[in-house]
Amino acid sequence: MAVTDIRTAAPSSAGLGSGRGRIWKSLRRNPLGMAGGILLALVVLVALLAPLLAPYDPAQVHFATPFQKPGTVGFLLGTDDLGRDIFSRLVFGIRSSFEVGVLAVLLSVIIGTPLGLLAGYWKWLDAIISRLNDVTLAFPFLIIAVGLVAITGPSLGNAALAIGIAHIPAMIRIIRGETLRIKESDFVVGAKTMDASGGRIIFQHILPNTASSLIVQATVIMPAAVIGEAVLSFLGLGIQPPAPSLGIMLSDAQQYLFRSPTAAIVPGLGIAAICLAFNLFGDALRDALDPAATSRKK
Amino acid sequence: MQQDARQHENTLLSVRDLEVSYGGNPVLHKVSFDLKKGERVAIVGQSGSGKSTVVAAILGLLSGAGRISGGSILLNGEDLADASEKDLRGIRGKKIGLVPQDPMSNLNPSMKVGAQIADALASNGMRGREAIKQRAVELMTEAGIRDAERRYDQYPHEFSGGMRQRVLIAISLAGEPDLLIADEPTSALDVTVQRQILNHLQTLVDARGTSLLFVTHDLGLAGDRTDRIIVMAEGRIVETGTPWEVLLNPQEDYTRRLVAAAPSASLAADPTSAPMAERQGPEPVLSVRNLAKEFKLRGQRGRRIQAVDNVSFDVQRGTTTAIVGESGSGKSTVARIILGLETPTAGVALIKGESIATSDPRTRSALRRIAQPVFQDPYGSLDPTFSIERLIDEPLRIFKVGTRESRRERVAELLDQVALPRTVAQRRPHELSGGQRQRVAIARALALEPELLILDEAVSALDVLVQEQILDLLGDLQDRLGLTYLFITHDLAVVRQIAHNVVVMKTGKVVEAGSVDQVFLAPSADYTRELLGAIPGAAFAS
Repeated sequence: MAVTDIRTAAPSSAGLGSGRGRIWKSLRRNPLGMAGGILLALVVLVALLAPLLAPYDPAQVHFATPFQKPGTVGFLLGTDDLGRDIFSRLVFGIRSSFEVGVLAVLLSVIIGTPLGLLAGYWKWLDAIISRLNDVTLAFPFLIIAVGLVAITGPSLGNAALAIGIAHIPAMIRIIRGETLRIKESDFVVGAKTMDASGGRIIFQHILPNTASSLIVQATVIMPAAVIGEAVLSFLGLGIQPPAPSLGIMLSDAQQYLFRSPTAAIVPGLGIAAICLAFNLFGDALRDALDPAATSRKK
Repeated sequence: MQQDARQHENTLLSVRDLEVSYGGNPVLHKVSFDLKKGERVAIVGQSGSGKSTVVAAILGLLSGAGRISGGSILLNGEDLADASEKDLRGIRGKKIGLVPQDPMSNLNPSMKVGAQIADALASNGMRGREAIKQRAVELMTEAGIRDAERRYDQYPHEFSGGMRQRVLIAISLAGEPDLLIADEPTSALDVTVQRQILNHLQTLVDARGTSLLFVTHDLGLAGDRTDRIIVMAEGRIVETGTPWEVLLNPQEDYTRRLVAAAPSASLAADPTSAPMAERQGPEPVLSVRNLAKEFKLRGQRGRRIQAVDNVSFDVQRGTTTAIVGESGSGKSTVARIILGLETPTAGVALIKGESIATSDPRTRSALRRIAQPVFQDPYGSLDPTFSIERLIDEPLRIFKVGTRESRRERVAELLDQVALPRTVAQRRPHELSGGQRQRVAIARALALEPELLILDEAVSALDVLVQEQILDLLGDLQDRLGLTYLFITHDLAVVRQIAHNVVVMKTGKVVEAGSVDQVFLAPSADYTRELLGAIPGAAFAS
C-alpha cells in the first residue's frame, strides 16, 4: 500500500509552495504591483513618521514669508498664503488622510462582514438585510455626510464615520455573494453531515475563505476614503482648519492658484500618490489571491 | 528524395522529435508519430502525460509561456512548428478540425446554435447567406441532430450535453478538414450518450476519409474506436501499437499497469472480484423504503420534477451496494436524503432502524456518527484554509471526542489507515495530489468510526491508476473494519470491481436491482442491457 503512494505524491506542489509563499511569489512577478507596494510602503512610513519628518508645526504661521517658492532655504516645498510650510502640511495631511481611510475601512469591515455572512447563510435574514442595504445604497454618500455633520459637527471622526457607512453596502454585498458561493461547496456540505452548527460553519469555514475578497475590497475602499476625506474637508464638512488636510490645502490654495500653483499641485499629487499606491497594490493582490488566476497559470 | 516523398504520400500528419517547453522546462520529450490518411489514432494517457500538449502544439494553441522548442510537425509536408500565426489561421478549421472536451463551455451561450455553425462556414470562405444556412442545416443533420431546420434558431441552453457535442462536431466539420482532432470529446457525457456520439463521429469520419486523432484517458474507449494507440506518460511516448497489441499484450510496464487498472478493459476478466454476495446479515444497516423526492422548478410556475420516485432497497452490513445511473437519474438525491441534507417528500431512509429526518437532534447527531460521506471532488470537499490534521479531527472536535493529545494520536492512526505518511498532517490540501486528498477525505469520514460510508462518485474525478489505488484502499478498509458502503457512481465498470449488490436507476426509478453477478451476467431490464453495452472496451475483455 505504502509503495503505491510514491506515484500519487509526485505532482503535489512543485510550483506552488505554501499559501503565503505563493502570494509573495506572484506579487514579485508583477512589476506594477511591486511599484504600488513600494509607493504604499512610502506613504505608510510618511503617515507614521509625520512628526519626525515635518520641520515645522503644520499650523505654524510665518507672516514674514508667505508664497515662498519651492526650494527656498528652510521651506522645501515653499510656503502658502499664510507662510505655513507646505512640506509639513503635506506630511501631516497624508497622515490625516490615512487615519480617515483606516477608520473607514475598519468600520465597513466590522459592520459589513457579519451582516454579509448572516445574509448569505440564512435566507430569511437575507430578505431583511438586503432590503435595508438597498435603502442605504439609495442615499448618496455626500447626503449621508452632510446629515451626519449637521447633527454632530464636522470633524475627522465624523468624516470617517460618513465614509465608512457609505461603503458598508458594497461590503455586505461582496461578503454575501462569497458566502452564497462557499455555502454550496462540498466542504460546507461535508461539515453539515458532521453535525456542525451554523455558527461553526460560518466562523470556521466561510469567514476564512472570504478573507481574500475582504482584503481586496479593503484596498478598494481605502483610496475612495482618501478622496472622500479630501472632498469633505474641501467643502468644510471634514477636518477643520487649522488642522492639516489635503482637502483643506486644496481649498485654501484655489484663491491663489495663479500666484502660487505649488500650494495646489502638492496636495493634489499627494492624493494621487496614495490612490495610485492602493490601486496598483490592490490589483496585484487580487491577482495573487485569486485561486482561479493561479490555476490558469498552471 | 523522390522515393522518400512517395513513401510518405499516404502520410497526412508526421510529428518528429517534438519538444515543447514551458519557460525553460521541457514538458514533451522527442515525441514522434505518423498519422496516415483516413487512419484513426488514439493518444492515451493520464492527466499530466502531455497528451493535450501534443494537440495544442499541432494546433499552434500552446497556452502562456509554452513554445515548441524542437522537432517538426508536418501536415501534408508543411511544417506547422514554425508557421506564423497567420498561416496557422488558414490551417485551423480548414485542414484541422477540433472537437473540444467540454460541450458546456465551448458554445457561445448568447448566440444561436445555427449562427455559430454559419460563422464557422463563413470563416472558411463560404459565401451567400442562403447557401450557408442550407449547409449548416445539412451539417447539423449529418451530426445527428433531428429537426435541424427548427433547432437552427435555438440557443445552446436548449440543447442537452450530447446535442451540444453534436453541434461542436458539426462546427469542426464545417471546413471539411483532412484531420479531425477530438480531445476527450465525450468525457463529460453519460455512457449511453457517449456511445451514440462516438458511433456517429466514427461514421462521419470514415465516410469522408478524414483522419482522426482521438485524445482520451480511457484505454477501453481508445481500443474500441481507433486503429492504433499511442500511450503517453510524463511527456514521452511509452508504447505504440494496434489496440489488440496494446490492450492484450502490452510490452511496457507502465502500459501493463494502465491496462490492469482500466476497469473497463478487465470487465469480465476478473469474475472472482465480488463473490461475497452471500455475506448478508439479518438486519440491514441501511433500509430505504418507498423514497420519493419532488423538486419545484423555480420560475416555471409550480412545475415539478420527480427526482426520486418510489425507491426501495436494503444495504446489508459489511457489503457494498452500488447505485448506478446516468446524470439526472436521482442517484445523488437518494444519497443526500440518506445523509439528511434533503427531506424526502415521501418514504423513509432508515439507518439502523431510525430516520435521520427526525426532529430529535440527539438521534440525528447519533445517526451522523454512523453514516459519513465521501464526495466526488477532492478539491472541493476539503476546506483549503485548514491543515490536514484540523480537517481530519474536525468531526472529533465537533463531537467533543477525547483530548487534544488523544485526537492527535487518532489522526496519526487514521493517516496510517489510509496509507498516507504522518508528516502530511501539518500540510494544507493544495499541497497534495488528487488521490492523496481523496485519502484525506476518507480518513476524515472514518474519524468517528462510522459503520456506513456514502461514497458519492468518490473515484470519478481521479486518474485510472489512482482510482484503482483508492478502490483497493476501500476494499481493504472494508475487510479490516467491517464497513458498509453505499457507492454512487455512473461507471458500471467500477461497480463490477467493488460492489456486491447493485441498484440501477433511471429518471428517479429503480429499473433493476440484484447481486452484481445477476445484473451483469443476466440483466433483465432493457436499460441495463443498454448501459452494459455502452461500456467501452468490452470487446477486449477476453
